[in-house]
Amino acid sequence: MPDAIDLLVLGAGPAGAAAALAAAEHGARTVMVDEALAPGGQVYRAPPMDHRQLGQRALEPEHRDGEALRRRLQCSGVEVATRHRVWSLLPGFRVHAIGPAGHRAWVARAVVLATGTTERVVPFPGWTTPGVIGLAAATILLKSQGAVPGERVVVAGCGPLLAAVGAGLVKAGRAPVAVVDLAGRGEWLRALPAMAARPDLVRRGLGWLAALRRAGVPLLSGHGVVAVEGDTRVTAVRIAPVASDGTPRAERVARRLEADALVIGHGLVPATEATRLLEADHRFVADAGGWIPVLDDDCATSVAGLFAAGDGSGLAGAAAARLQGEIAGLAAARHLGQLDEGRYQHTVAPLRQGLARARRFGQAMARLTAPRPAMVGTIAADTVVCRCEDVTRAEIETAIASGAREMNQLKAWTRCGMGPCQGRMCAETAASLLARHVGGREAAGQWTARAPLRPLPLADMVGEFGYDDIPMPEPAPP
Amino acid sequence: MSTRIETEIARPDTVTIEVDGRPLSAHPGESLAVALLAAGIRALRASPRAGGARGAFCFMGACQECVVTVDGRRVTSCLEPVRAGMRVRLGLG
Repeated sequence: MPDAIDLLVLGAGPAGAAAALAAAEHGARTVMVDEALAPGGQVYRAPPMDHRQLGQRALEPEHRDGEALRRRLQCSGVEVATRHRVWSLLPGFRVHAIGPAGHRAWVARAVVLATGTTERVVPFPGWTTPGVIGLAAATILLKSQGAVPGERVVVAGCGPLLAAVGAGLVKAGRAPVAVVDLAGRGEWLRALPAMAARPDLVRRGLGWLAALRRAGVPLLSGHGVVAVEGDTRVTAVRIAPVASDGTPRAERVARRLEADALVIGHGLVPATEATRLLEADHRFVADAGGWIPVLDDDCATSVAGLFAAGDGSGLAGAAAARLQGEIAGLAAARHLGQLDEGRYQHTVAPLRQGLARARRFGQAMARLTAPRPAMVGTIAADTVVCRCEDVTRAEIETAIASGAREMNQLKAWTRCGMGPCQGRMCAETAASLLARHVGGREAAGQWTARAPLRPLPLADMVGEFGYDDIPMPEPAPP
Repeated sequence: MSTRIETEIARPDTVTIEVDGRPLSAHPGESLAVALLAAGIRALRASPRAGGARGAFCFMGACQECVVTVDGRRVTSCLEPVRAGMRVRLGLG
């Protein structure tokens, strides 16, 4: 039998935690579910149990803020269900999850989705080689696990994570071979006015760049990765200058960097499978990371009782996520009848002001981090786009030429997006390729989300249920 | 040189796990994918169609590239904490 609760919060990052804390404070019986070992999300990801951070590591702002958040949750009325994967959400908010002790289900009167993002990497030859990992993946290794991806690491892609990861590697005693930034210096300069809203973060960024310079790490602006060499592991990374739209400049010779790992990222994509599964309205906003749920000022989606907050509802960064999460939690409490209108409006007004400020910075960073418009067009025909099913660009183009006009058609014809990651890694690339032929991303549409949201063994889904549990009608009288 | 950062982290003492029948030392609690990386094991499985080598990619449980079998269950090794005596099988995905 499912547990009846007031509010279920999906995702325990800055947005989810703020929502759960705010709603629980007003008396909502709240459960927050996350698949990680401890709350914190990607930004405040906890170190493994009993791995103690010492010295400078213990003073890192993310570590300190994360520990403070986890302490606050412990003293709150929020039930935190970590190591639980939500695999189904049904209308009326019946939520199913698998955890270490097996199956769990809840029926909630309201839901806040704070599902965060997945990382986007625009494919290039060799991107499936072991040793190529995401930029966000590298921050998890460095900050939470205390590990580096290799001995000779190239850091590439775009956005502020480049310098953060590069400096993290320097600090770990493994200065990267090079930091390869798609953005030219001019793009960073144009972002300066928006960056002025967060002088603390600008100072940190400058600190990272200074650490890279002191370590003598080459910082190659306006460059991109054209290929990775190696079969079962990375042996070298080839880079070339790129134009501002992302096209490699063929007239310039590519450089070869010997390396055993490549860290690369082209921005983040909001994880919208839960809002899609519940059939909330969505809209396409390139600067917000792609398809996002339509939200009002109260973080409410088009489905009554369903709220969304944080980067999963549109990229704006951790500071904005926290404020948005708090608004969503308060709005959920109001929806549940636990917070009256007057007090709600009084409490959210300053949060909304803060959110507008935090967003300016976060969105400027998101723009710097987004892939360049021409990049998808430069993917080679035989390069794999869908990692799970090994579907190449050529196969996608063939399906489009044969008449696939919409994402679900493309999936059915090619198996692109049908594998265990459920399209999380390839959706953006496949949709951008299709959009070039059908008049834009809105026309290309999105993949229909289906349960199970995460792969799970059939035995886990069925649980203790056996053949004898099937209700059999009485035999008809003879 | 190890891929583990040795300074400013106090880890619990190593335990032994079994990877494809061979013993491997790892710290309890660290992610299995990180323990395999530290042992130089990068390729964790072959892709089902082209048979290409694949390893951990997103480290946050989304991409499913690091799926291995632990004690008979398929798990994402990036989210799986190391436990003494765990039996890991690579290659199936």
